[in-house]
Order: sequence, then C-alpha cells, then structure tokens
Amino acid sequence: MLTCKEATRLSSEALDRELNLRERLSLRMHILMCTGCTNFEEQMRHLRKITRRYASGEASSGDDDRDHR
Amino acid sequence: MARAQTRTDTQSPADALSDPAVLTELRRDMLRFAQMQLRDAALAEDAVQEAIEAALINAARHEGRAALKTWIFSILRNKIIDILRRGARTVSLSSIGDDDSTEDEKIDALFRENGHWTKQSRPTQWTAPDDALGNKQFWAVFEACLDRLPENIARVFMMREMLGFETSEICTQLEITTNNCHVILYRARAGLRSCLEGNWFQAGDCRTC
Repeated sequence: MLTCKEATRLSSEALDRELNLRERLSLRMHILMCTGCTNFEEQMRHLRKITRRYASGEASSGDDDRDHR
Repeated sequence: MARAQTRTDTQSPADALSDPAVLTELRRDMLRFAQMQLRDAALAEDAVQEAIEAALINAARHEGRAALKTWIFSILRNKIIDILRRGARTVSLSSIGDDDSTEDEKIDALFRENGHWTKQSRPTQWTAPDDALGNKQFWAVFEACLDRLPENIARVFMMREMLGFETSEICTQLEITTNNCHVILYRARAGLRSCLEGNWFQAGDCRTC
C-alpha cells in the first residue's frame, strides 16, 4: 500500500513518463481511498493547464480586462 | 492595457504590430517571459526581437486576429527553445544541492511520519479552478508562487511545463539524472500546488472582490 507521499510523487511522475502497470494500479487503489491524494492528482492536471495558459501569453490579458474596460 | 487589447481584437495582425501602443505592451510582456526563461537580458532581448520580426514577416498569413498575442508567444517560445538548445546559455545546475535540503524539508513537513498527509496539509478541493484563468489577480499570485521556488527548480519546471521539453531532453541538457529530474519536477509541482492553494484557492471569501 502506497503512502500519500509516494502517491503524490507518482501523480507527478505520471505527467512526465508512462507509469508501469504496477504503479498505475497501486496509485489507483490509493486514490480510491484517499481524498487528499485525489485532490492532489486533480490539481496536478490543473497546474499543468494553468502553467501552459501562462506560457501562451494569455495571463496578463485575461477576461478581467475585457470585463472592466 | 485594456485599450490596446481592444485594438488588437479589431485590427489585422500587421496593423496591430505597427501600432506603437500595441507593440510596446506586447514587447514588455514578451521580454518579461523571455527573461524568466533565459535569465539573461541580452538573450531575452534577442529572442523577443527575432520573434517580432518573424511575426511581421508572417503577419499577412496569420488569420486568427484575436489570438495575436497567443500566436506571437508561440513564436517566442520556439525562439527561446532554439536558444536553449544551441546552448548559448550555459546552464549549470551545480548549485542544485543547496536547494535540496530545504525543499526536501518542505515536502517532508506535509506528511506525518507514516507518509500520510498531516491534517493541515491535506489538499482540499479547489472550487472553480478554471475561473481563475481569466482573473488578472490570480496570475499575480501564480507569478509570486513561481518566484518563491528555488531558481534551479523553477528552471526545470518551466522548461518542462512552459516550453514543453521532454524530461529526457532536460536531463541531458542539464546533465542531471532522470530520477533527479523527476524529483525536481515533483518538488516544483508540490510547492506551487500548496502556494496556489494557500494564496488563492482557499484564501478566504474575498478572493474575487
């Protein structure tokens, strides 16, 4: 059984390499039972989206500007 | 800012790029980004200049007018990637050891001795994370959180997530092991995650007012 620390590390690595079957299964098992790590994993995906959006130059010209002009 | 944005929405890319106000603002944002990635003022200036020139040459063929900035940023990212690949910027992660212990401690502090979350550090669900993307204040928080990461960790993270390098290429370029690369990315993500959670996604009721 993975600890939360191991599970978060795998959630991060899943964004950089393909996890093997054993890693995937143990991560799934852990996440089924742990809300903290469920949130962490989901937030890893949000973080990637946020960072890509930032790098696309959209950060400083968000909808905020349009709403208030 | 808002006025310039309005103009880029209605002008052709070529017109928008010849509008001094639009160009000035665009250049400023581009320089900031390039400087962040390259950490070298002269190289950042070169990257931005080359990107703007390439954009001017191709402006006539570019059709998505509202996405001018996105388009120029994609050119800029490629210029930055070229510069990093050419090795014009001699990257060295020699001081990475200095960051290691404190970052390790920060991650260790999130977990109890048995490796499970402490009560305070357990991630909570973020409400409407997509709403943040359109909020200027959110991006200020994001930048501040990024700024808080140790330089080497931030650099690896940005190469991976902002410039889209494969992990293997990052390892080779920076001469670090694959495992080290994964650890660094994990630290960066864990650090950013808690920073964003603490300062935005659960920073109290008033975050949108």
